[in-house]
Amino acid sequence: MIGYIVRRLIQAVLVTLLVLAGVFLLVHLLPGGPARAILGPRANSEQIASFNAQYGLDKPLPLQFVTLVGNYLRGQFGDSYQLNQSVGGIISENLPKSLLLVGLGYGIAIIVAIPLGIYQAVRRNRIDDYVLTGASFIFYSMPPFWLGILLIGIFSYTLHLLPPEGPQGELGDFPAQWTSLILPVTTLALITIASFSRYMRSSMLENMVQDYVRTARAKGASSSRVLFVHVLRNALIPIITLIGLSVGYIFSGALITEVLFNYPGLGYVFQQAALKEDYPVVFGILVLAAFGTIVGNLLADIMYAATDPRVRFSSR
Amino acid sequence: MTIGPVPPESVLGGAPIEVAHLDAPAEVQDVVPAFQTRGIWRLALDVFVQNRLAVIGVVILVLMTLFCFIGPFIYQTDQVDTNLNNQFLAPGVGHPLGTDALGFDLVGRLMVGGQTSIEVGFAAALIATTFGVLYGAISGYFGGWIDSVMMRVVDAVLALPGIFLLLFLAKAFAPVTLFLLTIVVAIVAWLVPARLVRAEALTLRTREYVQAVRMMGGSGWRIVVRHIVPNTVGTIVVNATFQVADAILLVAALSFLGLGIPPPATNWGGMLSDGVNYFADGYWWLVYPAGAAIVLTVVAINFIGDALRDALEVRLQKR
Repeated sequence: MIGYIVRRLIQAVLVTLLVLAGVFLLVHLLPGGPARAILGPRANSEQIASFNAQYGLDKPLPLQFVTLVGNYLRGQFGDSYQLNQSVGGIISENLPKSLLLVGLGYGIAIIVAIPLGIYQAVRRNRIDDYVLTGASFIFYSMPPFWLGILLIGIFSYTLHLLPPEGPQGELGDFPAQWTSLILPVTTLALITIASFSRYMRSSMLENMVQDYVRTARAKGASSSRVLFVHVLRNALIPIITLIGLSVGYIFSGALITEVLFNYPGLGYVFQQAALKEDYPVVFGILVLAAFGTIVGNLLADIMYAATDPRVRFSSR
Repeated sequence: MTIGPVPPESVLGGAPIEVAHLDAPAEVQDVVPAFQTRGIWRLALDVFVQNRLAVIGVVILVLMTLFCFIGPFIYQTDQVDTNLNNQFLAPGVGHPLGTDALGFDLVGRLMVGGQTSIEVGFAAALIATTFGVLYGAISGYFGGWIDSVMMRVVDAVLALPGIFLLLFLAKAFAPVTLFLLTIVVAIVAWLVPARLVRAEALTLRTREYVQAVRMMGGSGWRIVVRHIVPNTVGTIVVNATFQVADAILLVAALSFLGLGIPPPATNWGGMLSDGVNYFADGYWWLVYPAGAAIVLTVVAINFIGDALRDALEVRLQKR
């Protein structure tokens, strides 16, 4: 077990370094280099030289890479070109807002999707299972922005019940605007419920035909005990890891939801920064998102190995 | 929509979107006479046709393609010159779906936008699948440190959430053209086929017929292209179908985020994002038709993909 964790840790560190190298490469792939991209086509060579000197871009590439890694490891992401703020400051200001949105959306999704999946598995191939499967198929095929637009159309512009925008301002101002949280959270939750309940349903079905179920029944366990104690515990394993593995997906879904609802989270800031070519902000958030994804995947793998001993022995 | 990393197939067991255990049609196809092989494919076709959803999917997709590519010859509209006198006309006589902020007829706009969405969707899926399949087959066949390095690269790109990478790439290499859109979507999308095919190549490389080719002096390249890749074709076909749907969604998402193709060209996502700006004013016809077109096309493709997977799995079961 420890050997497995150590191996996965080393892999995760390697992948993190690769991501940093890739990001670094991207900076230098920018047409005409970063200085040209930021200062614009009219900048003369002296301006470019002074920009390069200011940001250390005139040093040899390997040295620049080591500096970049060092800075990122110490949490120094540089300063925004557009906003008079450090990237670290921007992140610490907006990350909690994103976490609130994602936490509520996914929290609700998990609470709903797991019982839903169990129900569908128990009622498999009956009319209610078909209806729920059809519904989840539709939500699953919907791009998040389309679902959000539909919700805005129905609840804001037709029924005039809820505001079409997310809450604005600081995190502290959010509780006062709680109604404006409902639509963004619902958008995220509905799409996630659709995919998680599909996994939960198939995970339950797969476990319900296992030999241990027959054994448990044969020794006299009641069918509800078999379902909720034996099957459920095994069926939850892939779902727990799925949550760890979908961190990257969570970031993407949150970005689109935030942009649609003008929700001032990290995804919205990233989109604005990308459109304005504010590269320090773009890279800071990109690296943070990658780091989150890698940690999520690592935790998922470790959790999976901890719960299923077969994984540890079939090393890659 | 599956934007971003897809969990590795090993962890998910009977997960609905992955193709599991397609590892063995290999020796059968190589050994049995050709007519019998065709019979197996015929069986897959039968299963596919029996699936009503799949037939509906094919019909929707064909109609949609005809609408977008043949439609403009029958229903002719001016999609180049703006006409502000015709701004925001409600659906009615002359403009069945109304007009947009620049006076473009929206039925014609749907056709033009659909051409872009469908072209980019198919082209990006083709590029992503071709590259991903070769990458995965090479990685899985050669194994060892080559495999480790190649797969860590995949992990690293997968670690960057798809939409973030897409947004950055499209902006960094702007101006956005059809070609650029296709390439950036492919860059984000090739990872999944690479992983799927690699997993299959890992088992295929130990097959007797691969060893036989090696013994006869076949080069590694020949084994990969002529023996490994053809034997993963089931996985590839199913995944490529889903790739088209994903690519259409990614292009739409990118346009929605402000990096679409500059006017007068457009795509469904761009129409949607333009329309949302006027949504509050009650111009619903700028929003719903474009969104419906995206969802309809994507659902149709997903139906086809699901049925293909069932059909090919049956093909394996009957083996």
